[in-house]
Amino acid sequence: MTAVSESPAVQGEGGKPLMTLDGVSQVFDTKAGPIRAVDQANLSINPGEVLCLVGESGSGKTTAARMAAGLTRPSGGQVTYDGQDIWSLKKNDFKDFRRSVQYVHQDPYASLNPTRTIQQTLTAPLLKHGVVKGKQAAAERAYELLTKVDLTPPENYLSKYPHQLSGGQRQRVAVARALTLDPKIIIADESTSMLDVSIRISVLAMLGRLRDDLGVGFLFITHDLAIAKYFGWRGRTAVMYLGRIVEFGPTPRIINAPTHPYTRALIDAIPEPDPDLTRTKNAESLRSLEIPSLAHLPSGCAFHPRCGQFEEGLCDGKVPQLVQIRPGQSAACHVVARDGADEPAA
Amino acid sequence: MTTTSPGAARATRGGSGKPLLSIRDFKVEYRTGSGTTVQAVRGVDLDLYPGESLALVGESGCGKTTFGLGLLRLLPRLGHASGQVTFNRGDGTEIDVLGLDGRDLRQFRWRDAAMVFQGAMNAFNPVLKIRGHMHDTMRAHTKATKQEIEERAAELLRLVRLEPERVMDSYPHELSGGMRQRVLIAMSLLLEPEVLILDEPTTALDILTQRSVVDVLHEVRERLGFSMIFISHDLSLAAELADRVATMYAGRIIETGGVRDMFYKPRHPYTLGLIKAVPPIVGDLPDLESIPGGPPSLANLPKGCAFHPRCKFATDECQEVDPPLIPITDEPGDAHDVACIHSDEVHLERRTAS
Ligand SMILES: Nc1ncnc2c1ncn2[C@@H]1O[C@H](COP(=O)(O)OP(=O)(O)OP(=O)(O)O)[C@@H](O)[C@H]1O
Ligand SMILES: Nc1ncnc2c1ncn2[C@@H]1O[C@H](COP(=O)(O)OP(=O)(O)OP(=O)(O)O)[C@@H](O)[C@H]1O
Ligand SMILES: [Mg+2]
Ligand SMILES: [Mg+2]
Repeated sequence: MTAVSESPAVQGEGGKPLMTLDGVSQVFDTKAGPIRAVDQANLSINPGEVLCLVGESGSGKTTAARMAAGLTRPSGGQVTYDGQDIWSLKKNDFKDFRRSVQYVHQDPYASLNPTRTIQQTLTAPLLKHGVVKGKQAAAERAYELLTKVDLTPPENYLSKYPHQLSGGQRQRVAVARALTLDPKIIIADESTSMLDVSIRISVLAMLGRLRDDLGVGFLFITHDLAIAKYFGWRGRTAVMYLGRIVEFGPTPRIINAPTHPYTRALIDAIPEPDPDLTRTKNAESLRSLEIPSLAHLPSGCAFHPRCGQFEEGLCDGKVPQLVQIRPGQSAACHVVARDGADEPAA
Repeated sequence: MTTTSPGAARATRGGSGKPLLSIRDFKVEYRTGSGTTVQAVRGVDLDLYPGESLALVGESGCGKTTFGLGLLRLLPRLGHASGQVTFNRGDGTEIDVLGLDGRDLRQFRWRDAAMVFQGAMNAFNPVLKIRGHMHDTMRAHTKATKQEIEERAAELLRLVRLEPERVMDSYPHELSGGMRQRVLIAMSLLLEPEVLILDEPTTALDILTQRSVVDVLHEVRERLGFSMIFISHDLSLAAELADRVATMYAGRIIETGGVRDMFYKPRHPYTLGLIKAVPPIVGDLPDLESIPGGPPSLANLPKGCAFHPRCKFATDECQEVDPPLIPITDEPGDAHDVACIHSDEVHLERRTAS
């Protein structure tokens, strides 16, 4: 088994990644002392690829996403776009980068200007960045964008204000706005978690079309592995726990053959929409439910106080590194690194 | 059995013996302005049997919370409930819930029926420790001594897998979301209610925490044997926890049946649509489908069946008549009722889990 902490584990097969996070960390000063919200994470996104980032609340997903979007500067490590360190780009190139990578928030209420109509929301960035010339062209483009996000007929929406739309419709507008600048990557941070099941699926289907038809890549953040599975099946998934990536691999492997005890626990815990199936599922047992605080991380593997596979001396000693367990799939677990992982029963 | 109305006939078929809670033509209106009202619950017939766990599912805004609040007479001042709600106490007394007031009403809440509200944080007084919440609740309803309250609270906290020593002396904000939710469940059980209503008990909790709350609910229900109505938009949770499921749409129950019938043989296009939209975690990539559009505004309901504008089975007739909820099986104890004239055409192709 090869140690892959240097980052190859997290690269896609073939092709040059469009964006990489190379050993990025983010340290915050808090009353309880400095905390590492993200600790030496390696990630990469290929053109048109979906990379899912999953984990419980506080695991560092948003912090990682904000670094990827260039909204915050990492305390350590590098974010590259098109092979260049984004923080050493010239001002204009940095602007181009910011246009190419668009961040869509969880809460469209908070991110849409309540005093602007949908048309104004969409035409403002088009005009400001000179994407189109003139109001007429901007209006036409806004119309087109609303069609792309399935808000049709667009004339029904253009003159509305955010508060006149449903949650799903607002989220579509937020996506349309992200599309105004022709991004290469959309960072979708829990973009569908506030929506009802059915509406969520239709928004995901719309995002899926952007991925397939426009070749937009996604950093797709969710705490719901079933959603990651649905949206990122052809991509890869990284599982975060307390600031570190603990498992990484092709999404079907993460879902159907997880190796890290934490990933296994997450997947086992999800109820199924099938009464017989969900009541006969065996859950990976945990020793504790409490998530430790980042300010007082347990020694060794941060998951050890909760882990059913815990071995004294092994797990509470050194911090486990991500190592390849199977081709393309890596995990940061001492026990799995030593014993390997069983293939799940077919 | 004497049949008084089609509603009564249908609703009493499920379960065995006398229902604990019998709900007929239950309606809730909210006053929204001078002289204008909206009906958020539009005539619900439902029975809850002793020991039964009933899931109330449906999209946001369909009236689930309003229904729960109305049952326990906890509506905000601008809300008004009508219809008939009968609670059959274990000792044989029959209580007309909508007619209760004063002391009797306080007595009914907590002792007969309790509710765990949506949004665990708001249910606490932020400056009061958990101990204070426990004592206040018990003292308002019983003559228990301090010692008895301490013991009872500790017993229930342990039942929901919390350490009383640690939790009793904590302020609400010092606990995690999952701990707070479990404290609320423990508190709601202090007076041994026969019915517990849980509104979105796990929404906003992390998946592992959600799992622990679900496991706790399984356990305490087995131990204490209360009946439960739990409200959720998460169908998987209903599959996990319910004996019976009721689907609500635009203030009405449009389908109800045993949990296996509802998930394997749903007969209302809306229930079918909800099930088809849930991404499963087991197996290969599923084909999911969404229901087009969103729920209607209550102030402006479509004519006929409220679901028809979103329904792919809809015909002209659906725009005219709002179908009543009627039985589709005759097997006793196996009630499955649907409010759809096309229920014969509705079939779920189960994806085979691999
Ligand atoms: N600006 C900040 N200052 C101090 N601590 C912060 C800051 N931003 C985030 N944190 C902390 O960093 C950790 C990771 O937070 P982050 O928001 O990245 O998690 P997340 O995985 O996105 O969680 P959620 O699922 O709840 O959105 C948390 O402990 C959080 O409290
Ligand atoms: N105090 C109120 N005044 C007026 N209308 C109200 C009031 N409370 C709720 N409503 C309306 O009643 C309807 C039902 O709301 P309710 O909160 O019961 O739905 P719900 O099914 O619980 O939704 P959710 O899943 O979002 O919690 C909604 O249309 C809502 O806007
Ligand atoms: Mg976040
Ligand atoms: Mg509600």
